[in-house]
Amino acid sequence: MRNKFKIKHGVQKGVIIISAISDIFPVLMQGLGITIQVLIGSIILGYLMAFIAGFCRLSKNPIVRYLTTFYVEVFRGTSLIVQLFWLFYALPILFGIDLGSDYLAGVLAIALNYGAYMSEIVRGSILSVAKGQTEAATALNMSSFQRMRLVIFPQAVRMMLPEFGNYLIQMLKATSLVSLIGMTDILYYGDILRSSNLSQAPTVYFLVLVFYFIMALPLIWLTRKMEGASKKGVASQ
Amino acid sequence: MTEAIVSYQDVHKSFGDTEVLTGIDLDIKPAEKVAVIGPSGSGKTTIIRMLMTLEQPTSGSIIVDGKNLWHMEKNGELVPANEKHLRQVRGDIGMVFQHFNLFPHMTILENCMSAPVHVQKVDKKEAKQLSIEMLEKVGLGDKLDNYPSQLSGGQKQRVAMARALVMRPKVMLFDEVTSALDPELVGEVLEVIRDIAKEGEMAMVLVTHEMEFARDIADRVLFLDDGVIAEEGPPSDVLENPTNERLQSFLHRFRSS
Amino acid sequence: MNNGNWQWDTFFDAFPIVLEGLGITLGLTIATYLFALIFGFIWTLLGAIRVKPLKWLFRWIMEFIRSTPPLVQLFFIFYAWPMVPVVGFALDPFTSAILGLGIHFSTYIGEVYRSGIEAVDKGQWEAARALNFSTGHKWTRIILPQAIPPTIPMLGNYLIIMFKEIPLASTIGVAGILNIANSYGSANFRYLEPLTIVAILFLVLSYPSAILINKLERKMNRRFDKKEPSGSKPTKEKEGAVS
Repeated sequence: MRNKFKIKHGVQKGVIIISAISDIFPVLMQGLGITIQVLIGSIILGYLMAFIAGFCRLSKNPIVRYLTTFYVEVFRGTSLIVQLFWLFYALPILFGIDLGSDYLAGVLAIALNYGAYMSEIVRGSILSVAKGQTEAATALNMSSFQRMRLVIFPQAVRMMLPEFGNYLIQMLKATSLVSLIGMTDILYYGDILRSSNLSQAPTVYFLVLVFYFIMALPLIWLTRKMEGASKKGVASQ
Repeated sequence: MTEAIVSYQDVHKSFGDTEVLTGIDLDIKPAEKVAVIGPSGSGKTTIIRMLMTLEQPTSGSIIVDGKNLWHMEKNGELVPANEKHLRQVRGDIGMVFQHFNLFPHMTILENCMSAPVHVQKVDKKEAKQLSIEMLEKVGLGDKLDNYPSQLSGGQKQRVAMARALVMRPKVMLFDEVTSALDPELVGEVLEVIRDIAKEGEMAMVLVTHEMEFARDIADRVLFLDDGVIAEEGPPSDVLENPTNERLQSFLHRFRSS
Repeated sequence: MNNGNWQWDTFFDAFPIVLEGLGITLGLTIATYLFALIFGFIWTLLGAIRVKPLKWLFRWIMEFIRSTPPLVQLFFIFYAWPMVPVVGFALDPFTSAILGLGIHFSTYIGEVYRSGIEAVDKGQWEAARALNFSTGHKWTRIILPQAIPPTIPMLGNYLIIMFKEIPLASTIGVAGILNIANSYGSANFRYLEPLTIVAILFLVLSYPSAILINKLERKMNRRFDKKEPSGSKPTKEKEGAVS
């Protein structure tokens, strides 16, 4: 008798969890689009910022250099979450920019933050290409632009790859913050589900984590690939 | 007498407070082979690096084929050269480095083709043919698609020479090109330099520690000491009957080692 | 929302109020950091397990924690953990933050320990064996004294990184500077000035620390006969934020 009851109880519990998942899953799926949109926007703009700021820090013009250093240090010295709120509230007030959507504030915060970190990688990689490479290119009478484009940059990019890969995953994790400024991403829908039924919270948040992990898997795989690619074809000091 | 292709006029060079070269006067004629010897730190390498525009002279001027290398005329005045001017003048000069400095991300063939295609704007097909020819000449016709990391030191240095030769320079600079090589690989590199020298039309400046080689190949040997050219002349004079005391002891150290 | 430009009145009004949260922010940083330092050690130990399936399992758990958002992990600890049948119990926001953020960063700290141990020259292990040291002595006298110092700058970097991630705890109600700034904002309909104060506080605290750690790193490198970071690969500049 007792045994039978136990089994029945267990089966019931399993059914509850499965039905909970089948309830929760489609709701979370609604947020997937926003999360991916924010991620892609952040990646594109973040890498762009990294290259622009990285090159500007190597500029011969001291004003360009100081301004870029200021940007990099401010964004590396403060928190992403603070930057996100700040941009969200400050952009409309200070610059009269009404973003209309929160998308720009979210992407801008993530891109400016990680762009600042990654600009250090760009700068460091370019500086660590061996000096002999520049000299050989000079001896072949290349212009300074050609030296950068044909010789230095292709080697520096290989050095950047592993770190750039790591930052892909960091940016994915960072996208979860946009739920805090009201964007309807995966975590946003998770929070809605939790507040409507607190007892579901463990399943909800675990599923949210699984969502992020599944998105991270290809990025982890890509990072490994990038690490492999970077091992070839670099002359460093 | 033929006009000099390269002429140093009272060239000085300091690094910080240390004066490395204290007045170099030197004329190199077309097709002349000049070997530069001297103790380490005597500024041998600096001499050719200034000609390649890798180092800027502190004072004095270097004339290449009648054109002032480090200065240009602007409104009738001599002003420091800009990049455009440097590129115009140094186009006639090629250089091979001690540490090869091949581009590791390019194949051997791409290493050779890069400058003709992008700098001289030679047609890609033509550049390729020229590069292959040159690589065959240095004995590496079978390595075209290899990357530098797959080659031995001697092979790398031969590629570096082919890469410089493709540009058809009027003056070729060799900066201790065998110093970084294992002893058994030195021969193959010197052999290629000999072949190049035999063709004759190009002036060559070789900074070297290989005395035998210098004697073989050079029309003139310079002994650099204490920032000046302390002795110069045909190898038979400079290497066999040196007058300078420091040169005597320098050569003595080489013979005994 | 009250529009208009920058208001100095608001700035000076908010400053002392926001500053009151600094103690909590710093306290939470230290507590979380210590937790991560200790918990990181557990990951290092688990990584040393030789049984393949177990090793593989812990490896993936660690990867899972590392590559999912700390914010969600924080919510899991705070909202979901009390609801977990049998083992769950309620936690206050401060403790939740220590656990949530501490566990997340411990996976990074564990890697730092591992890299430190792996960097000890192989000959040192062999020497310890040759001298017939006991396992305890081998670790305390030979390996750890060499493994720990090079990791100190890296660990210092993680202190700064974690300091900057601590305001995530404001989302579950820990009354640090960001939380107070947001409350001030919603009460007065002015977010710009209090948030700027928060940013300034972070900058003022983290920037000098970063410089200090940079100096320490150079000093360490010299002592341990390594190349200056500028010449080595840019991985040295890994002060990456880990949101």
